[in-house]
Amino acid sequence: MSEIANTIFSPELADRFDKLVTIYPLKRSALVPMLLYAQDEVGYVSDAVVAELAERLDLLELDVRNVLSYYSMLRTKPAGRYNVQVCTNISCMLRGGYEILDHCKHTLGIGHKETTKDGVFSLEEVECIGACCWAPAIQVNYDFHENLTPAKVDVLFKMYRDGKGKDEK
Amino acid sequence: MADVKFIVDGKQLTAPAGTLLIDACKSSGIEIPAFCYYPGLSLQAACRMCVVRIEKMPKLQTACTTPVTEGMVVATETPEIAQARKATLQLLLGNHPLDCPVCDAGGECELQDMTFKYGAADSFYAEPKNHREEQKWSPVVYFDRPRCILCYRCVRMCGEGMDVFALGIQNRGSSSVIAPNIPAELSPDHLAHVDCEQCGMCIDACPVGALTSGTYRYKTRPWEMNHVGTVCTHCGDGCKTTLGVRSTSDGSEIVRGDNRDKSGINGDFLCNKGRYAFDFANNENRITQPLVRQPNGELKPVSWEVALDYVGKELRQRRDARGGKSIGVIGSNRITNEEAYLLQKFARTVLGTNNIDHHRTADYVSFAQALAGQKDRTASLRDTLTAPAILIVGGDPTIQAPGTAWNIRTNVRNNRGRLYVANSAEIKLRRQAKSFLRLAPFGYSAFASYLAGNAASASEAATDINALSTFRDTIKAEEKLLILIGSELRGQDLKALIDFGLTIPGAKFALISDYANSRGAADMGLLPDMLPGYTPLAGNTTFAEYDTPSAPGLDLLEIFEAAGKGELSALYVVGSNPVTRYGIDPESLKDTFVVVQEMFLTETAALADVILPAANLYEKSGSVTNSYGDLQLVKKAGDRAGVRSDFEMIVRIADKMGANMQALVPFGKGTRADMGQSRGAQSGEADRHSVWLTANNLEPKLSPFDPFAILDEIQRLVPGYNLLRLQLLSGNDQHLQPAAPAPLVQVGSRRDLVLPANDSLFTSGTLGRYSTMLSDLQHNESLRPPTGLTQIETAAD
Ligand code: SF4
Ligand code: SF4
Ligand code: SF4
Ligand code: FES
Ligand code: FES
Repeated sequence: MSEIANTIFSPELADRFDKLVTIYPLKRSALVPMLLYAQDEVGYVSDAVVAELAERLDLLELDVRNVLSYYSMLRTKPAGRYNVQVCTNISCMLRGGYEILDHCKHTLGIGHKETTKDGVFSLEEVECIGACCWAPAIQVNYDFHENLTPAKVDVLFKMYRDGKGKDEK
Repeated sequence: MADVKFIVDGKQLTAPAGTLLIDACKSSGIEIPAFCYYPGLSLQAACRMCVVRIEKMPKLQTACTTPVTEGMVVATETPEIAQARKATLQLLLGNHPLDCPVCDAGGECELQDMTFKYGAADSFYAEPKNHREEQKWSPVVYFDRPRCILCYRCVRMCGEGMDVFALGIQNRGSSSVIAPNIPAELSPDHLAHVDCEQCGMCIDACPVGALTSGTYRYKTRPWEMNHVGTVCTHCGDGCKTTLGVRSTSDGSEIVRGDNRDKSGINGDFLCNKGRYAFDFANNENRITQPLVRQPNGELKPVSWEVALDYVGKELRQRRDARGGKSIGVIGSNRITNEEAYLLQKFARTVLGTNNIDHHRTADYVSFAQALAGQKDRTASLRDTLTAPAILIVGGDPTIQAPGTAWNIRTNVRNNRGRLYVANSAEIKLRRQAKSFLRLAPFGYSAFASYLAGNAASASEAATDINALSTFRDTIKAEEKLLILIGSELRGQDLKALIDFGLTIPGAKFALISDYANSRGAADMGLLPDMLPGYTPLAGNTTFAEYDTPSAPGLDLLEIFEAAGKGELSALYVVGSNPVTRYGIDPESLKDTFVVVQEMFLTETAALADVILPAANLYEKSGSVTNSYGDLQLVKKAGDRAGVRSDFEMIVRIADKMGANMQALVPFGKGTRADMGQSRGAQSGEADRHSVWLTANNLEPKLSPFDPFAILDEIQRLVPGYNLLRLQLLSGNDQHLQPAAPAPLVQVGSRRDLVLPANDSLFTSGTLGRYSTMLSDLQHNESLRPPTGLTQIETAAD
């Protein structure tokens, strides 16, 4: 049973949150992991998510927004089914990261933090995703793609559009 | 803590260990620049302006977070430090607009001063500035985001200082932005807003012009105003405020309420009323000409001479024909002590009546009587900041006395003061309390009696009897307890609570009332049965030189009852609206000659035969006494052509009645019988006032319109008002103790005439009704579901 009546989360996640708030010396320390889990389940951090997390942690909604807005991986608007995150940090930049980004923008017809009209893709320019050895790299949801060229990106996009991508949502 | 020795810029200094370097330097006259540091709030170390070089430390250190230690050697101004500060300023200016020529803060901006000092005006940044439009967060709080230097002072002020937490910080790096608690996406008008107490403390703390106030923004520049330090006219805390004044075609207009010298009893604080609600004075509905009712029932503007002649003639005739007993006088909670004193003296000695009263918002008579004969048992507002333990019984300081609430929060936060709250409602200050006792509705009487030892009252006082007894034991164990009492406790109950408190050796008391000079009105004897200083009429020797009727007069309600019975020939009302406040039937006054001194056409003024346009507390000089008994000087700031002070009007009416002016206002030389002066002060026939003046090195005042002539008499005669002139005239507060003689009347045998004002954060009696800013705030509040922070109620008086 969730600690919160009418929780907006699945029973599993609600249970997880009930536990999470108990394991830190300060309740509010659970905020960042909770935001991430909530985003994974709901797709983005909605106003309802903010309200429920504030209630769970005895925080003001303003506090939740303060933290939420600090982290660029947390979003307050729904993303597409596949969230394409293009790294342009130093290694990727040196190996054509910006070319990849421009190509994505061009092919998908959207810019940074935007979503295609059909809701399939959204695009984000991000800092290092820890795949420097195989730069340039992108991350689609939780899935990594490395050593890219614009042509390889086209193949990837087709694969996702055909519903053959790995990290489906 | 023990003192440590350290060296700053070659000077040997000492300070208690643990003092922050920045504070230690400041108290020795060495100023270290700071943007984010704000004394009393938590440390932020966000701006790096305060960097200094400390020997044996590898890098520059922030003086705002470094406690002084023994042997520390510090340099606060070297080329290296200047360079570091300059670089910090350049970074800040990277995103700062060139707004100084129009910005409210221009001329009193810390960023401007520092840029000037460190010469950081050149910018090396070619990037476009991060611009966003200004935002109106509420009728009084505006945010100009590009001017913000992200010092977090406002965030801490609102959270820690106000316990409101309406401001936060969002995003990161150079796109960080201060955000209010209602984001645009959740707001019906899609604009961000603050849902808060609207105190403006964030604006006050902002070192730059990023937060600005709705009343003042873009109106004038700091150097174009005169700045007058005086006392706020709203609640009973009596905060010190600095009014910015500018001349206009018909007087001088107040354009800003501010707390710039921070030396007052309110420390850093001013609430929204003190800061914004001076605008009633500029309201266009003010009466600026005397009005006299004509036979056809209309009010017609007449000259002062005509109006005063008429009032003098009518009052004299009615007194002579039907006796002083047939005249009633109602005074104000918002006039000066001098005016209140003069009014009762006028009533008693010129009109010949004790029928004088005022709208009482707390039972000061019982308070003084319960403390009769005690010494050092009353608290000053300053004590709320330092008392190790405070008990609040009844009342809700957050709303009724915001300055008190501020002091208490600061005390709990910074001095670990222990707060105990007993209330029948969940007042906001319970959040700071060590222990909160929820009393039963109307349980104050039973609670007082329980504390006084009557165990049988327990069940009536609170539902949780165990909590009740633990609470009592805890407060009894406190040694230096400050007991703040709400207006719910009156008469016998008040006495029972004070009697209990007196069993605690170090306990001190204060009774909270609602208006700027409610306490002064009672102290000055606007009471039918008490002379000034709670001196009983019977057996009075203190005021022997007055020729006052010895029988108690009618109280406020009895005055109107007498009017209803056709027994009141005249009613003289000074700055009060009893008709609405007490729900008086206008019919009852139809046979009474009514004179009202007012700023506005209130329900009471509308019934008057003569309305005399009055100046308000911001437009006159004198003194006021706050709820606690702290006396402060009121200075004239604003001015409005056409109006007169109540003091002047009383004097002139007395003159028109043919009164002996020197007996009423001791001005000039030889004010009384001078026959026995050569035989010394004790002869009884001597000019006592003049003898007293000489003994106190004071000169006789030359004008009957000089309030200080009456202040002399107050000081000479009123028990408890043995004030210090220097303290008063230098604009400092001083605590006075009531010195009521032991009660002759049994406490509580009198009728309970206390009627709390019930003002919310955004109302203030009559003044609030004519303050555009407070009306806007009430409207603003009504746009949202109630948060419990505030409540809307419109009060009269
Ligand atoms: S006006 Fe007062 S309560 Fe409102 S945001 Fe500013 S500091 Fe907070
Ligand atoms: S608005 Fe003012 S007080 Fe608040 S962070 Fe910005 S500069 Fe500081
Ligand atoms: S707390 Fe009271 S006295 Fe102080 S500014 Fe507010 S209304 Fe005025
Ligand atoms: S720089 Fe792109 S993955 Fe590290
Ligand atoms: S004042 Fe010390 S870092 Fe801001």
